[in-house]
Amino acid sequence: MKNILRRFGPVMALLLVIGTFAVLTGAPERYLSVHNLRVVLAQTVTVGVAALGMTMIVITGGIDLSVGSVIALAGVTAARVLQTGTSPWLAIAAAMAMGSFVGLVNAAAITRLKVIPFVATLGSLGAARGIAKWIAHEQTVDIPTTWLNELAVTVPLHAAWLVAPGVWVAAALSIVVFVLLSRTVFGRHLYAVGSNEAAAKACGLSPDRIKLAVYSLAGAFFGLSGLLQMSRLRQGDPTVAAGVELDVIAAVVIGGASLSGGQGGVVGSLVGALLMAFLRNGSQQMGWPTYVQETMIGVIIVFAVALDRVRARRG
Amino acid sequence: MLSVRNVHKSFGATRALAGVNLTVRAGQVLALLGENGAGKSTLMNVVAGGLRPDSGDVALGDKAVHFRSPAEARAGGVALIHQELLLCPQLTVQENLLLGLESSRAGFLVAQANRNRAVELLSRFPHLKLIPEQRVADLPVAARQIVEIARALAANAQVLLMDEPTSSLGADDAEHLHKLIKELSSQGRAIVYISHFLEEVRRVASHYAVLRDGASVAEGLLADATDAQLVSQMVGRDVTQLFPVRNPSPGPVMCKAQNLATLRGLHSASLEVRAGEIVGIAGLMGSGRTELMRAMFGLDDITSGDLSDGAGNNLSNQSVRARMAAGMGFLSEDRKGEGLALNLSIADNTTLSSLPRLARNGLLSLRRQYDETAENMRNLGVKAQSPLQPVGQLSGGNQQKVALARLAAQGANIWLLDEPTRGVDIGSKVQIYEVIAAAAAKGAAVVMTSSYLPELLGVCDRIGVMCKGRLVQVRATSDFTAAQILNLALGASGSVESSS
Repeated sequence: MKNILRRFGPVMALLLVIGTFAVLTGAPERYLSVHNLRVVLAQTVTVGVAALGMTMIVITGGIDLSVGSVIALAGVTAARVLQTGTSPWLAIAAAMAMGSFVGLVNAAAITRLKVIPFVATLGSLGAARGIAKWIAHEQTVDIPTTWLNELAVTVPLHAAWLVAPGVWVAAALSIVVFVLLSRTVFGRHLYAVGSNEAAAKACGLSPDRIKLAVYSLAGAFFGLSGLLQMSRLRQGDPTVAAGVELDVIAAVVIGGASLSGGQGGVVGSLVGALLMAFLRNGSQQMGWPTYVQETMIGVIIVFAVALDRVRARRG
Repeated sequence: MLSVRNVHKSFGATRALAGVNLTVRAGQVLALLGENGAGKSTLMNVVAGGLRPDSGDVALGDKAVHFRSPAEARAGGVALIHQELLLCPQLTVQENLLLGLESSRAGFLVAQANRNRAVELLSRFPHLKLIPEQRVADLPVAARQIVEIARALAANAQVLLMDEPTSSLGADDAEHLHKLIKELSSQGRAIVYISHFLEEVRRVASHYAVLRDGASVAEGLLADATDAQLVSQMVGRDVTQLFPVRNPSPGPVMCKAQNLATLRGLHSASLEVRAGEIVGIAGLMGSGRTELMRAMFGLDDITSGDLSDGAGNNLSNQSVRARMAAGMGFLSEDRKGEGLALNLSIADNTTLSSLPRLARNGLLSLRRQYDETAENMRNLGVKAQSPLQPVGQLSGGNQQKVALARLAAQGANIWLLDEPTRGVDIGSKVQIYEVIAAAAAKGAAVVMTSSYLPELLGVCDRIGVMCKGRLVQVRATSDFTAAQILNLALGASGSVESSS
């Protein structure tokens, strides 16, 4: 029973949100229409991809506050690369490499300088944003039209795709991370480090090396998220995604991960990201002002975690 | 199998090990004795690769080894079973057992091979019926202990170092563990066993070695040494009297419990405690000892039954604060988790429950706090640099004395002590007994639990035995034998109702 709740609690909450808005908007056929689902999914992609990376970090007991800034930094980096007229693939690689690099710097500060993740990534939250503005000369960077621009659109260019290519990319990455976490030695070790670092050390694991790997890997996801964001805006904007780190962390936490580590998963985090997207979308359709959404999301985060604590105690 | 030659290790100016020699043969269980701070844990860490010695040699068989990390030691066949268990609570039994040793192909786990290995390891501990998929967080402490031992076997350890493995186990689990240790040693493993309990050591080990101030001071066959000799070697002076001499003259009833029950595993307990007496509560782990103390102090809600103070005032529904005002003081069995704020100073810790008394117009008088703490430290023999030293820097025994000093500072006259000597070395134990006896002599009513029966028999005037949430019998200590208490605790003779 407890396991069922743990597994499906977030899913039930998601269905509850969808159901509630379907009724509230008074037009379930519109709220649940293919078009609206496309809108929601396209909006979820950036947060969803970033949440995959964040899930891995949170499982190790860490946190990364620099996500929002890294999304902006990776976006303007990719935009600058595109401006040179090279292959869009190079721009993707550049965005991911930039994200990975910031992750590596974070991990170095955490493992070598022994700065706690919260502070280390708080620092890079500022630094990455600053560098993004520097690279972009404090203005948006226009990009030439390439197929990259179609990645995160609401309605895909080819109807056969059903949803934007970016959504498929996110889905594929979700499966990759799911398998990584549940079926590989590396994934197992992430949980071990988050659950009890001293125990992991006693078993011959190297928590420092694992952290270097996980922050860089997650950084690549953040970079990709930044690329998708750029694709959606069709320009590199150094001021974009401020505060997105909170959405990403909220998605992971609503999905059942514990900020003290050792716990969390892909399905939960994606459901958390979708839950917030549906909530936003529903509020917009209701014509509610943004402050209502913000307040509701804040309340939901606390409730989701409180519920989890209650379940844990009952267990 | 394992030999340690003239090992030295210093941390800054502190010499932790100053010439240690140790030999353990295959198939032998060696008891490593010594007070807290004598260097036992440091030595174990040196052998298991956690620390590197400044000088001296560690050899396995006739080969000198220089482990640079726990991982290397593990690969080399040396496993350290930590006192504070090092397991990942959110992971399953199987995941813990094979952590770092998973069967994998190209980074992917091979589920069947891993499960088979886990099942095979667990089959050596049939009495626990552990399932590989169980989460470690859901297991009782005894089972976790076994998981940690099984993990050592998973790495095919030939030398097992056990640091107080029974400190959190009840009597029956400890007995299982002892059987297991004998079995492991008879298979040719060398085992080093650290414990503060001499009779336990005698049951498990054949040989002993004593460390004092980081140096080897004695070794030999346990059968050739008396307890008094061993204790004297550990503390470095003659100890004739382990337990304080008691001349109890019980005064009026200070606290009375009738058929107390809570939702947390206390079903029925009736007990009267008088001023000036020490009442011991015996029982196995999970028998409800801690729950009784928590119910009396108000940390768990009382669902039925009555608790009253000496004047007959009902305390059952009173808050912790009200019960403290009525003179109750509580010492938690979980010193680090619940008892002390480790990074705060001795002064802050001892006066935590009596700060209002030290404040004037809402401002704390630091001078009075300091002076009062200094006096309490003198009275209780707390060894520390100053009242402002953080408690976390003190030894376990001194920490426990600080926790007791809090009860004294608060002026408690009903002392509820849950495992007051857990994890404390023998020298400190003797001092803690003296503190408790002195409090009783001054008119406090003391209730103390302990998993260590000789201690209850030595210190307490009366002993109550708990079994499965019930306080089954309370008698004068002189009317009890250890065997009778154990029988009652095991629920062997269920015929007798509680009487005082």
